[in-house]
Amino acid sequence: MDAKRELLAVLSTDARESVTDLSRQLDLDPETVEELIDELEADGVIHGYQAVIDWDSINDSHVSAFVELNVELDRETGYEEIADRIVKFPTVQSLRLVSGDYDFAIEVTGESMQDVSRFISEQIAPIPEVTQTVTHFIMDTYKDGGMEFGDRDRDDRLSVSP
Amino acid sequence: MRIAERVRSVPESGIRKFFELAEERDDVISLGVGEPDFSAPWAARTAAIDSLERGRTSYTSNRGKRELREYIAADVARWGLEYSPDEEILVTTGASEAVDLALRAFVDPGDTVAVHEPSYISYVPGVRFAGGEPLGVPTYAADDFKLTVDSLQKSGAGDAEVLILCYPNNPTGAVMTERELSAVADFCVDNDITVIADEIYAALTYGREHVSIATLPGMRERTIVINGFSKAFAMTGLRLGYAMGPPEGIDAMNRVHQYTMLSAPTTAQFAAIEALRSCGDAVEEMRSAYNRRRRFVLSRFSEMGLDCFEARGAFYAFPEPGGDDEAFAEELLESQGVAVVPGSVFGEGGRGHLRVSYATGMRDLKEAMNRMETFLDDR
Ligand SMILES: Cc1ncc(COP(=O)(O)O)c(C=O)c1O
Repeated sequence: MDAKRELLAVLSTDARESVTDLSRQLDLDPETVEELIDELEADGVIHGYQAVIDWDSINDSHVSAFVELNVELDRETGYEEIADRIVKFPTVQSLRLVSGDYDFAIEVTGESMQDVSRFISEQIAPIPEVTQTVTHFIMDTYKDGGMEFGDRDRDDRLSVSP
Repeated sequence: MRIAERVRSVPESGIRKFFELAEERDDVISLGVGEPDFSAPWAARTAAIDSLERGRTSYTSNRGKRELREYIAADVARWGLEYSPDEEILVTTGASEAVDLALRAFVDPGDTVAVHEPSYISYVPGVRFAGGEPLGVPTYAADDFKLTVDSLQKSGAGDAEVLILCYPNNPTGAVMTERELSAVADFCVDNDITVIADEIYAALTYGREHVSIATLPGMRERTIVINGFSKAFAMTGLRLGYAMGPPEGIDAMNRVHQYTMLSAPTTAQFAAIEALRSCGDAVEEMRSAYNRRRRFVLSRFSEMGLDCFEARGAFYAFPEPGGDDEAFAEELLESQGVAVVPGSVFGEGGRGHLRVSYATGMRDLKEAMNRMETFLDDR
C-alpha cells in the first residue's frame, strides 16, 4: 500500500489520530504526514473530519430520512445542474446519483418528521425536473460510517497466553 | 495417584504465574496475549453457523474434509509449496496437534530434538512427552534472533534427529530470508535431520514474503510444514491447523491422529473452507493493522530508549530492557498495570528481554506505551 492510501485507511477509521501517532504508525516523518494530509485536503480527496454519532442514544430531537428522487432531464438540464441546486440546502446531508428505479438518493435531517416532510414538499418536489419523491424515515440505525452501534465485542481473551 | 515420569519432568509453564498476577487486578492493559484481538471473519463464522443449522455435526474423514485440503493446497502455493490434497495434507486440531503428532511420529525414545531458543513454549514439553531429548540451540539479539549454522554446530545439533524450526517466530517476531534459511537447510541435509517447520505466522510478515524451508533444495523430503487458522484468520478458539509433507511422513502422523483424534473439529472445518474461499481481504486488513501497530510500538520503544531489533513477523516485539526480565515484568505489572511476558519464559536465549504482543487495539497500545515510558523514567 502506498503511503497516501495507508494514511487514508487510518484516517477513515480514526480521524483523530495525531500527526505524531500517524507518523509512528506509518513509519514516516511528522513533516511528511503533514504534507500528505495537506495535499489530500487540497486535492479534494479529504473533504472533512466528522464524528460518527448515534443520535438516538442522546434522546435529541433528530430525524433523518432517505428520499428517492426521480427526475426528468431536458436539453438544458442534466443531473449536475439538478444536483447543484439540491446540495446547497443545509438540511441535505448527502446526495448521490444511483442506478436502478430512481435517479437520486438524498439523506436529509431535521428536528421532526414534520420538518423533514415540509422540506421535501416545499423545497425538493417543486423543482421543475423532479417528477417523484418517495420519503423513507429512518426508524433505527444499527451501523453508520463503518461503526456498529450495538454492544461492542467483549475482549474475553486470557490476559496472558503463550 | 502415580504420575508418569515423562509428565513429572515437565514443569508448569512460566506464563502461568503472570497470568495469575494479571488476573488479580482489573486495570491491566495486557500486552501478554499470544492471539489476535480480532474475531474470526464474519463470513467464516456464518459458514460455521450454517453448517450447524444443516446438522453437519458428524466426524469428517481422518485427514479432514477433502474440499478443505484442496483449498489449503491452493493457498500455500503462494509460498511455492506444492502438496497433494490426497496424500500430503493432514487437517489437525490446531497447529498444536500437528506439532505433537510430528514429534510422536518422528522421535524415538532417546532421540535428540534441536529446538532454537527463545521459542514457543510447547516444543520442549512436546519433545519430552514423545520421549525425546530436547537440545536448546540459542539464537541471539545480535543476529536479530535468526538461527545460524554456527549456533547449531556449537550446540552439537549435528547429532540431532529432528529440528523444530519456527519462523516467523514466537516470541521474538524474527523472520529469516531465503539465504539465511539455505544455510540451515544445507546443515540439515548434511546431517540427515528431519525438520518440523512451524509456520503458523507465515501470513503475518511485514515487508517481505515468508519463505518456507521446505522449498529449498533437498528439504521437501525431510520437512513437515505446519500451519493453521488461529493466527492469520483469528480463529484460535476454533482449533484448526494442518500439516503438509511427503506421503510417508503424513501417513505416519495420520496413524497417530486416526487413533487419538479421529478427525479435527467439523464445525471449524466448515469455517476454514469459507475463510480460505472468501476472507483474503479480511486477513490483509488485519495484517495492515498489525503492521501499523508494529511500527508504532517500535518507534515508541526507540523514543523511550528501549533497545529493540526490528521484528518483521507475527505480532510480537522483543525489546531488551536488560537486567532481570522477570523482575522487570513483575514491577511493570505492579506499578503500571501493564502485562508483558518475560523473555526467559521462552528459554535461555530470551533472558533480559520481554515479549510485547501488539495484538491489542491502538487505543490500549498507546496508553500501554505511555505507562511503560513512565515506568522507565521512574526507574
Ligand atoms: C509458534 C506457535 N505455534 C503453534 C501455536 C498453536 O497454534 P494452534 O492454535 O493452531 O494450536 C502457537 C500459538 O500461540 C504458536 O505461537
